[in-house]
Amino acid sequence: MPKTLYDKLWESHLVAHREDGAALIYIDRHLLHEVTSPQAFSGLKEAGLQPWRVSPNIATPDHNVPTVKRELGIQGIEDEISRIQVKTLDDNCRKFAIPEFTLEDIRQGIVHIVGPEQGATLPGMTVVCGDSHTSTHGAFAALAQGIGTSEVEHVLATQCLLQKKAKNMAVQVDGSLNTGVFSKDLILAIIRQIGTDGGTGHVIEYRGEAIRNLSMEARMTVCNMAIESGARAGMMAFDQTTFDYLQGRPYAPKKEEWESALDVWQDLASDDGSVFDAQCSIDAGDIRPQISWGTSPEMVVDVEERIPDPKQSGSSADLHTRALDYMGLEPGQPITSVYLDRVFIGSCTNARIEDLRIAAKVVKGRKKAKNIRQAMVVPGSGLVKQQAEEEGLHSIFLDAGFEWRAPGCSMCLAMNADKLGNRERCASTSNRNFEGRQGYGGRTHLVSPAMAAMAAVVGHFADVRELLQ
Amino acid sequence: MKAFTVHSGIVLPIDRSHVDTDQIIPKQFLKSIKRSGFQDNLFDSWRYLEEGHPEQNANERRINPDFVLNKPRFAGASILLSRENFGCGSSREHAVWALSEYGICCLLAPSFADIFFSNCVKNGLLPITLDASLIDRLFELVHHQEGFSLTVNLPDQCILLPENEGSIAFEVDPFHKDCLIKGLNEIELTLTYADAIRAYETRQKQLTPWLFADLDPKS
Repeated sequence: MPKTLYDKLWESHLVAHREDGAALIYIDRHLLHEVTSPQAFSGLKEAGLQPWRVSPNIATPDHNVPTVKRELGIQGIEDEISRIQVKTLDDNCRKFAIPEFTLEDIRQGIVHIVGPEQGATLPGMTVVCGDSHTSTHGAFAALAQGIGTSEVEHVLATQCLLQKKAKNMAVQVDGSLNTGVFSKDLILAIIRQIGTDGGTGHVIEYRGEAIRNLSMEARMTVCNMAIESGARAGMMAFDQTTFDYLQGRPYAPKKEEWESALDVWQDLASDDGSVFDAQCSIDAGDIRPQISWGTSPEMVVDVEERIPDPKQSGSSADLHTRALDYMGLEPGQPITSVYLDRVFIGSCTNARIEDLRIAAKVVKGRKKAKNIRQAMVVPGSGLVKQQAEEEGLHSIFLDAGFEWRAPGCSMCLAMNADKLGNRERCASTSNRNFEGRQGYGGRTHLVSPAMAAMAAVVGHFADVRELLQ
Repeated sequence: MKAFTVHSGIVLPIDRSHVDTDQIIPKQFLKSIKRSGFQDNLFDSWRYLEEGHPEQNANERRINPDFVLNKPRFAGASILLSRENFGCGSSREHAVWALSEYGICCLLAPSFADIFFSNCVKNGLLPITLDASLIDRLFELVHHQEGFSLTVNLPDQCILLPENEGSIAFEVDPFHKDCLIKGLNEIELTLTYADAIRAYETRQKQLTPWLFADLDPKS
């Protein structure tokens, strides 16, 4: 019987199958950060347990770290509670001999950017992390899922997860993206179509011509937001693009092992005739730049559209009215008439080198608009930052009046000092526009790096295709 | 883990769909390295009239009298009723810890987000998925009856309504049911499979040795 990619990954990691339907799945890679691991390490210590294996684990602080004064290391964290949390990660990693890219290490960064960058995320792996955006790593034909802290402890102690197999869902993306339309627009359009719970109980495989034509960076952006449509994991088949990205990465297999790995990886795609429990399709050529207008990642419009009227939202009318109220917007208002206070280019969704290149292309030779209080670029890792500086991207941003920061999650979730003030409006390349996500009372609009850069130089939303075509 | 068998309690109606974990427990409270101390910050930005910070005295804060959690008739509630896709967003288990500490034992909704659902079960909370029409009916009943309570019986998989209004049967995964009723420690349970895990590793080391390489942090 033909198997889907998810079927193959599930079966190759099955340790035991229980009669009640639960299964024990082996975990190849476990990424850790400071926020969801301390209680897991405490649990391990209380139970007198050691990690089952040390080498599958890699840690880096990201959620809570400052994006300024990094030369001061951990002492540069002004907030004492945050400092304790980062120090606790350092202490736990030292105690259990877990490799950690600390604040001083150039490889430190957002955990979902660091893993692939180091070649620590490989095709055919099971990857977990106490963070819902772990779905990012599925771009490498891996089964990657976010877990809670109890599961972090469970994986540390047993190298396994106890779970039931999810259903298979296919998102077919044919055609090709037009100039000025990016993978972020694609994933926002998908979420808009299937809803924030369209993928619940499923693992999504993104497939089709448009997916095959995406770079690894762009693929990661798509898989990153699988969770925003309810799917714990998103994934894509292995191909030449995956191969090219991984070759020569520090933790990728070398020499003969690389050759044998390739043999195994070639099979990491759904077989012809695979059956999916749910399917949807979208034509990439129909997608225009997307902008979220509400407080859920499914509340999205095209750049040419107006803010929807709740009276036409059917059963979602209350939800939409509430969202408009929170966002301070009027029904029928063109989205391009919305002015911004801040612009944030960063996060595990869009802080890779390609994202920064695209944003820089838009910004080059222009200036931040006067009404924009702050436009901030936060590279996803120390290595992304270094690469961008070698290419001179930082100068383009600085010359335009943007801020060039040190790596971390930053204003995606605003756990550190980077946050929106009450009622401040932000064009953000991050993944969630929930109430208060970027700061108490803050108003988030999700967009691609190109659209964020465009908003920063124009002051309001505008169609970046006009500039890039 | 605490066991769940039969539980009776007042129902707390959170009449919103897609309640995300950022609302259940906002990010600023995730800086804690402990598993407890979250109950005063459950639904923090809906529950209080100003932004909350860690280590604040909750008694000195201005509460939002319009939010259900603050209405005297729902004091001591332990069964949370809500709409579809409850618990979406971030995987933060702090959301479940906050609910649990507040006293919530059971949640009823037409659907739950996957990671949140799993986090509930691992902390002894029972999430029950019911048809949207049944959820509508329960919202109606809560609305009209002060102190509306339910009895949730996990072994029998039924919810008993007050005053002979009948009962509602519900589905539960057999593994989750067993874990909840016995209050099983999953790590101990998995470690009973230690031999199977080692056998898997021996097999895989032959097939995919690169997955067992030591990571040299200096490389």
